[in-house]
Amino acid sequence: MNPPADNRRLVPAYLATTGRARPSRNTLDRLTVLHGASDPATVSGLRPEETRLLELLRGGALSLAEAAAHLRLPVSVVKVLVADLVDAGRLMARAPIPDAELPERQILEKVLNGLRTLKSS
Amino acid sequence: MDSALSSPPSPGDPAGASAAGGSIYLEDKPQTLVKLLVAGPFGVGKTTFIRSLSETAPLHTEEVMTQTGALVDNLAGVRDKTTTTVAIDFGRLTLPGDLVLYMFGTPGQRRFRPLWQDIARGALGALVLADTRRLADSFEVMDMIEEAGLRYAVAVNSFPDSPSHHPDTLRDHLDLHPDTPLVVCDARSRDQSADALIALVGHVLEVLDQQQKDDSTPGRQHGRQQPQETA
Repeated sequence: MNPPADNRRLVPAYLATTGRARPSRNTLDRLTVLHGASDPATVSGLRPEETRLLELLRGGALSLAEAAAHLRLPVSVVKVLVADLVDAGRLMARAPIPDAELPERQILEKVLNGLRTLKSS
Repeated sequence: MDSALSSPPSPGDPAGASAAGGSIYLEDKPQTLVKLLVAGPFGVGKTTFIRSLSETAPLHTEEVMTQTGALVDNLAGVRDKTTTTVAIDFGRLTLPGDLVLYMFGTPGQRRFRPLWQDIARGALGALVLADTRRLADSFEVMDMIEEAGLRYAVAVNSFPDSPSHHPDTLRDHLDLHPDTPLVVCDARSRDQSADALIALVGHVLEVLDQQQKDDSTPGRQHGRQQPQETA
């Protein structure tokens, strides 16, 4: 059996996203860092899942995957929620690697050195 | 992959403490988030491995897939006739230098391929967990990793009743490329699990350096020995 060519998934929790299975922006990743907007507007007019997400993020920043796990929602659904909330200015999303110029080699070296510190602790 | 789940934090809980003691939240400063895959067949110890290293209790996301007609294994719950869910376990490890390493446990079966590709995108590499009692189960996993273009190392999880084999024998059975690291580890041990990741990341660095050295050489170095191309 071949998977659907466009990686499309059916999302039973589609009601949380008003029927859309794709977020309005494609840059969202499991490791996208989510923060609530510092000056949250009123929470009126939000769907329950959006309210839960914003409440979760009131405590601090989380990766998108972590937010999905804590809310017990599929990652695909959370991507749609996040895209809408970012569009509405209620949420900030940052790329996993803030300094896009950071070469892969340097990141790998930092990971390697970091893992070695675990060993000596 | 176990489905045991600690209760989620109550949203807005000021403490936000996880079962593992640390905060569930990221530190309040710019950090670089990277990920590695911990791949392997069901029951090989992926979640145990992640738990050994994660600073938070391992989390999982419920992933929904279209699987018309596909067999549903005992891991996945069916919501209706055309969708299945699979739980993806993951953990987090904050390292010095404002670095946060995420480890995603990824199932090996080919039918999870679309999900797999989504998780693998941007990963630094993959650690393949293997069980000496059923080494062949790891082939599918290694094939998918190679298709995704990821570098990998193999860690043989030593279960108490695992037959022990000489590393050369295991390497032979797994048909590994001579450069692909093979380590034996007890996934319950934090130190040994860290050693396995160190072997992986060291290998990825070596491959990167090698690539830069012979950038003009056509073809890609594979983790496994490749048979001659056939049409």
